[in-house]
Amino acid sequence: MRLRRSLAAFFTCLVLVVPAVALDETEKELERYRQMLKDDPWSNPAMLDADRGEALWKEKRGPKAASLEACDLGKGPGKVDGVFAELPRYFADAHRVMDLETRLVWCMEKLQGFAHADIIKRPYSKANQAGTELEALATYVASKSRGLKYQPSLAHAKEKQTLAIGEALFFRRQGPMDFSCATCHADTGRRIRLQSLPFLGKPEEARKVIGEWPAYRVSQGTVMTMQHRIADCYWQMRLPLIDYGSDATVALGMYLVNQAKGGEITAPSIKR
Amino acid sequence: MHRLLLISAIVIGVPVLAYLLIGRGHSAMSVDDVIKSSWATATPEWQARLSQDETQRVCSQHRNAPPAGIADAILAREKATIKYPADGKLMGDWKKGEQLAQSGYGGRFTDYPPRTASGGNCYACHQMDGKELSFGTLGPSLREYGKIRKYAADDVKAVYDRIYNPHAAIPCANMPRMGASGFLTIDQIKDLVAFVMSPESPVNK
Repeated sequence: MRLRRSLAAFFTCLVLVVPAVALDETEKELERYRQMLKDDPWSNPAMLDADRGEALWKEKRGPKAASLEACDLGKGPGKVDGVFAELPRYFADAHRVMDLETRLVWCMEKLQGFAHADIIKRPYSKANQAGTELEALATYVASKSRGLKYQPSLAHAKEKQTLAIGEALFFRRQGPMDFSCATCHADTGRRIRLQSLPFLGKPEEARKVIGEWPAYRVSQGTVMTMQHRIADCYWQMRLPLIDYGSDATVALGMYLVNQAKGGEITAPSIKR
Repeated sequence: MHRLLLISAIVIGVPVLAYLLIGRGHSAMSVDDVIKSSWATATPEWQARLSQDETQRVCSQHRNAPPAGIADAILAREKATIKYPADGKLMGDWKKGEQLAQSGYGGRFTDYPPRTASGGNCYACHQMDGKELSFGTLGPSLREYGKIRKYAADDVKAVYDRIYNPHAAIPCANMPRMGASGFLTIDQIKDLVAFVMSPESPVNK
């Protein structure tokens, strides 16, 4: 906790002290910090979540008193190393393309016997709280693909279809402000206020950022997953709260991962 | 005999082929189906925000680069939505406009019931007052916008129109239709016009 607080203070100072004209300096400082994290990943508070996620993965829990060690994340039951680099993917048992989080929910339901509604009741942590169980588990699994490159599968027809839907959703304008994802993420070097926006339609830029999630968000003092990231964008777009693990979130994730294909996974990274 | 074979081949073959092609797990999923199922827990009132009007639909389809015929239809349709103040005065109070330009409040599900008026959030995308360093760059800089245009009446009207409904000038513009959507009131839009076009406004200093 002390680490979290001091980190938050460090970044708050950074954001407050550095004037807009020196925005690039803030980015440079963040980049320097990310490099430090690369050298010593355990200095990232999100690794506490990853650690807790590993314990949760191995612990016998739920009405069926089972661990998640028999969970098939795509490379066979219990296999965690490298699975995140190949998600989302089609799972025959669920007849569905699933991302990491959707699949974790599936395993908690089927293997441990938790009720679906209970698992997704509170999927996101609030500011300055430790990650939820789902966030901890997702951070753990993602961290086991660090250094690998995204290699999403498009072998199955459903995977191709999911990608096409994700792309359509990315450009779909709706709501009282006519926003789509592309409103903010379809050009290089743009900002909202001082926040730089990645051009997610451009693979070079997508590769740099998509592999960072789940990430520790300093402004929130907590870890944030891709499901949460997407839900937050839709909130800003003035749309209703998107359902956790819904097909739209998986399809958008599929589009983003395909844009970032070949990009290195650095999760859990650290974001402003 | 041959005919019988052919008929049985069709009777058996077609459903099998259909199952193989469309079968379980392969059924065509449309974007609309996905939208519907992905916000299943939202209230009908909020779900309504997900359906597109014609302009949103064609702009999405053409990725904001509509072909000529469709662009003309957008211009005409959106121009018709613009309503003007009864007294014909298009400029309000630039100081109120400045506050509106700063505020990004309103419209998110955490903003209900409203605790304050909705803002225009102009600074999210535009540079305006030179002293405000926290500005976005999704839209063009509006520094000295009025001054450069010599505060001409035609430009005052163009700014009013642009805020009310940008698609009336630029089909598939990125900017929200603040007036046409009812997000801002006519009085609020007048205040924003004054912030951009008044000689006293810091935008023009």
